Amino acid sequence: MQVEQDLLAKNDRIAAVNRARLDATHTLAVNLMSSPGSGKTTLLCRTLELLKGQTPLAVVEGDQQTSFDADRIRATGVPAHQVNTGAVCHLDASMLLGSFELQAPPEGGILFIENVGNLVCPAGFDLGEHKKVVVVSVTEGEDKPLKYPYMFAKADLVLVNKVDLLPHLDFDLERLMGYLAQIRPEATVLKVSARSGEGMESWLAWLGEARSAIA
Amino acid sequence: MHELSLAQSIVEIATSHARAEGSGRVTKVFLKIGALAHVDPGALTFAFDAVSAGTLAEGAEVIIERGAAKAFCVPCGLTIEVATHADVCPHCGVHQWMLTEGDEMRVTELEVE
Ligand SMILES: Nc1nc2c(ncn2[C@@H]2O[C@H](COP(=O)(O)OP(=O)(O)OP(=O)(O)O)[C@@H](O)[C@H]2O)c(=O)[nH]1
Ligand SMILES: [Mg+2]
Ligand SMILES: [Zn+2]
Repeated sequence: MQVEQDLLAKNDRIAAVNRARLDATHTLAVNLMSSPGSGKTTLLCRTLELLKGQTPLAVVEGDQQTSFDADRIRATGVPAHQVNTGAVCHLDASMLLGSFELQAPPEGGILFIENVGNLVCPAGFDLGEHKKVVVVSVTEGEDKPLKYPYMFAKADLVLVNKVDLLPHLDFDLERLMGYLAQIRPEATVLKVSARSGEGMESWLAWLGEARSAIA
Repeated sequence: MHELSLAQSIVEIATSHARAEGSGRVTKVFLKIGALAHVDPGALTFAFDAVSAGTLAEGAEVIIERGAAKAFCVPCGLTIEVATHADVCPHCGVHQWMLTEGDEMRVTELEVE
């Protein structure tokens, strides 16, 4: 019997629902993806400290286990919902939809989604977010765009984090940019340090532009 | 191993069709997996065997057809064939293309009894 059914059809349907839900409240949704430990949560905490009070904010945290990251976010005073994916290695659209029941998207503000630390699987699942941000830290080496092309091929923005460590490393930023250009020349690249705060203005400016694009 | 989620989706598609047909079990599942689909066919088959256990699709044979990946080169205005995300256009040597075909993962056909 002929079927012709896409394996991601269900996920994509729910992602479209999420997008409609976010658009209805004019909420910019940003999906942060990286390998474990690139600094997503640290970067988010610093970002929230800079934006809170001016912009309505909320965070959805995805991890296989624990609520450590949501606890770190809540310590900034910004609401966070932790999704534990159990054995699953990525967030999918239904998990984000489920989070909306417990934590509404911040009206007119930004919803940050921290995906499960993994440079492979999260790339395969549309959540209904407006922007995909890939964080890669300078301690990971320059070759990640070529090794994990599925992830980088979808990035709107690549944040190169931990640049405060550059003096101690032989990391070659030009090489990373060259590899990224082979996979995704359209992506914007920004250097940041969640530790020192370097580059945060450019990141906030990028977020501001993304917000006005959906308003 | 996001193949587990994808395999789960195959089982849902296959068993819902089998039930709708009033069939007792699914014997063959035909998939079309594009050259640039984000899935490993071997891992997908392995995951399918695991998640189909105890369902109408248990024991079904998975037959995978691979498709070529095609892209539209913006500078040239031509359709080109690509094999990896890092490929450049064979005509202009530039990487400014949009994938038009080749990331699909579809159940195309089922055999039931
Ligand atoms: N030197 C330096 N260390 C950083 C920076 N950003 C994060 N770190 C450190 O890197 C480690 C991991 O940071 P996290 O923010 O937990 O990383 P993550 O990406 O959220 O990790 P997972 O959620 O487990 O995937 C921590 O020890 C941070 O203090 C940075 O810009 N510079
Ligand atoms: Mg984290
Ligand atoms: Zn061309």
